[in-house]
Amino acid sequence: MSDSNDPMAEIRASFFIECEELLEALQDGLQSLDDGDEDPETINVVFRAVHSIKGGAGAFGLEALVRFAHRFETVLDEVRAGRMSPDADALKIFFQCADHLSDLVRISREDEALPDEETAKLLSLLSGLLGDAGVEEEEEAEEEDIDFQPATLSLDLDFGGDEGDGDLPLLPPLDDLPAASTTVYRIHFRPDNELFETGNEPFHMLRSLDEMGECTVTCHLDKVPDMEALAPEQSYLSWTVELHSDVEEAEIAAAFEFVEGLCTLEITKIDAAEVPVPESEASDQLAQPLPELETELPVVEADQPRNTAVADEAPDAGTQEDPPTTTDTSKAPEAAKAPVKSPTASKPSALAAAKSVVRVDLDRIERLVNLVGELVINQAMLSQSLESSGLSPHSDAMNGLEEFQRLTRDIQDSVMMIRAQPVKSLFQRMSRIVREASAAVGKDVRLHTEGEGTEVDKTVIERLADPLTHMIRNAVDHGLESPEDRRAAGKPEQGRVNLSAAHRSGRVVIEVSDDGGGINRPKVLQIAIDKGLVPADASLSDSEIDNLLFLPGFSTASVVSDLSGRGVGMDVVRTSIQALGGRITIASTPGEGTTFSISLPLTLAVLDGMVVQVADQTLVLPLNVVVETLTLSNNDVEMVRPGANVVRVRSGFVPLFDLGKELGYRPPVEDYEGSVVLLIAHEDDSHAALVIDSIQDQRQVVIKGLDDSFYRAPGIAAATILGDGQIALILDTSDIISNAIGASGSAAQSLMGKSA
Amino acid sequence: MSEKETPETIELLTFQLADQEYSLDIMSVREIRGWTRTTPLPHAPSYMKGVINLRGTVLPVMDLSERLGLKPQEQTDRNVIIVVNHNDVMTGLLVDAVSDIIALTAEDLQPPPEMQPGSTSSVVSSLTLIDERMIRVLDLSAIVLSVQSNAA
Repeated sequence: MSDSNDPMAEIRASFFIECEELLEALQDGLQSLDDGDEDPETINVVFRAVHSIKGGAGAFGLEALVRFAHRFETVLDEVRAGRMSPDADALKIFFQCADHLSDLVRISREDEALPDEETAKLLSLLSGLLGDAGVEEEEEAEEEDIDFQPATLSLDLDFGGDEGDGDLPLLPPLDDLPAASTTVYRIHFRPDNELFETGNEPFHMLRSLDEMGECTVTCHLDKVPDMEALAPEQSYLSWTVELHSDVEEAEIAAAFEFVEGLCTLEITKIDAAEVPVPESEASDQLAQPLPELETELPVVEADQPRNTAVADEAPDAGTQEDPPTTTDTSKAPEAAKAPVKSPTASKPSALAAAKSVVRVDLDRIERLVNLVGELVINQAMLSQSLESSGLSPHSDAMNGLEEFQRLTRDIQDSVMMIRAQPVKSLFQRMSRIVREASAAVGKDVRLHTEGEGTEVDKTVIERLADPLTHMIRNAVDHGLESPEDRRAAGKPEQGRVNLSAAHRSGRVVIEVSDDGGGINRPKVLQIAIDKGLVPADASLSDSEIDNLLFLPGFSTASVVSDLSGRGVGMDVVRTSIQALGGRITIASTPGEGTTFSISLPLTLAVLDGMVVQVADQTLVLPLNVVVETLTLSNNDVEMVRPGANVVRVRSGFVPLFDLGKELGYRPPVEDYEGSVVLLIAHEDDSHAALVIDSIQDQRQVVIKGLDDSFYRAPGIAAATILGDGQIALILDTSDIISNAIGASGSAAQSLMGKSA
Repeated sequence: MSEKETPETIELLTFQLADQEYSLDIMSVREIRGWTRTTPLPHAPSYMKGVINLRGTVLPVMDLSERLGLKPQEQTDRNVIIVVNHNDVMTGLLVDAVSDIIALTAEDLQPPPEMQPGSTSSVVSSLTLIDERMIRVLDLSAIVLSVQSNAA
């Protein structure tokens, strides 16, 4: 399948990429319908998404997909036509269908076994929605299909006898939509001489008709005289166009807007009983007369505003007209590739021009990111060697270097932006998780999302999916109470799970919160004691108890459900978040709910760091955790007990840690006089002071991952390469501090929360 | 692959460690480079020398003699780092000096005698004799992988 020589495989691959976008649009549309959106355009978007998937799937012979999409589409068409109103139940089914559709797409892509039972179940649900009227309608449509392609395929699905058999993917996907709601127009168009004299080109108009729907163009050559009698500036040609489309008559007229009065134009509506002529023939005929004309009449190629207008509107998947989408479905795979290839290679279709988006292999971007990383390192090396060469800071070289630095930074930012993606796709996946999880545990849950547009590095998004899934399931399963309990607590029966993303001080904060009962702390503590995770006589603060949830092997649910509570729980979540350079914190209020917040770096590739010197080692701290730098005198340092010191910062006390000692680089410093201290603050508002030898620089560093499989050093997040080619370690300050606290007891910790 | 060579020729890179001769399958060796200053990792086991910059990637380096429980060696400029690739994980092994490349067949290798169920016995996968010198063939997976479990 991945044979690069097979053009079909390529087209197929881009079809699936296309599908992902369409599925996203589908989810979006359904969501806004669910939120009470009354805009008819929304249902159109939903309909078109399903339709386009069906169309593409038909082209690749993905029968199950076509069959399912077709039924789904039929129901949606009912809604679109206003014959059915999408109530809550219907929407629920729609959501299920959308989920199933995306499953089918995935399964088709991987060539896996089809979940026939599930399909059958949903198909019958959909049939149930259709009722009598719908089935009739569908039968009609399908009878037509049967005429077209009397193939038989025995599929033992029991959703209404023969109609299932008729609904086959073998028909060209283009033809069934027009049958549903199109009108046939006959357009007679005869350009006057003036039309050509003013530089207009009939070809453009015919083409814009073609974009509105299926066209049959006939050119009348009968008026063309013999060669001798032919007057070169006389217009002899006329065209008759049969257009199958559901656009308004006015819209067709609009295509000829610019030649009004320069031609004879008749638009008549006729019945839809015409035999459709394959498109290729139409375009052949369309193309033929033109070369002749062009040789005879030096036609000035006038820009056709109408054409470009169509193209510009198309980004929202063919805004008003269905037909462009209809024709596009067959070309979609080809069109999707078009922007990468030379634009002339593909037939100008609305879609090709529509999205000026380039699909690039992630590997290529990866390579670019790496190269930019090298560039940054190189630039650092260069500036270091220029500085040490004793050049005047006002010399041309130094000025040039400064410019170079600025450019490097810009390039780096832009490259990072390429990889940034909105978290929307991730959130959509989560809404599915909520639907499935809530159905499994019999709770009515609504997911509320916020900040979907927040952009995060793609790699972060990918690696966030698993932990987030887990947290969402936890929220539904453990976080929210059962409907009875909720009623008893005076809450609405429908539980609510919030998922939000936001940028906060150079990091991304993702929060999962529920309005459930909050963490049952006595129970958590009891479980931890029972499992021997904490000593029985331990007295723990609320937040310490909350953090027990992150201990390996901890599971609160007394009933182990299918969903969550397999014992591999929050500790795995925390580990994977930490692997991303993030942190996770819990806040819980009994009776009101629990909030988990994940704070992540924006990118995994670069970091604004403070380069410091400790015990002859160069280390990098993330700049965003450093809130203040101080120079100490011995008077500032107070000893709480041996080995645990605090430093007085204005009116508060902050625990003091010697970085060199904590990292095991040197014995603890005895004399703090004159030493430099960094005041560190974390998201959870804890403060700490780290003693270092000196501050060297403040610069952007390229993050190089340390191989976890080899040795994971505590307190070290990653590494970077300095200007001199040496490696410097990037510290994970919260890890260092919590390790230090673990070593020096809880005296310092009780201070942490309240200080400064 | 298609070449009909003598049954299973094995090429080994031999090197010196604390005046003893050890060897590794040459297929796992990526390159040999001179000693450069490493950046130490905090709280690492003592044989972990730290990390170095290998053309833009971070390469962990371990002192092989310490790893094998031999006397830690003084670092001199003559020490070299053998960069090995095991299961797509690159590791640098600090050795005293690289000696030679030898080619043998599987028959030339003999399993080490069962001495005691210690850790070092599993590290040496087989022994061989070259010019009356015993050469120990190291099992790279035992060296690189057990680090992981130690560290965890």
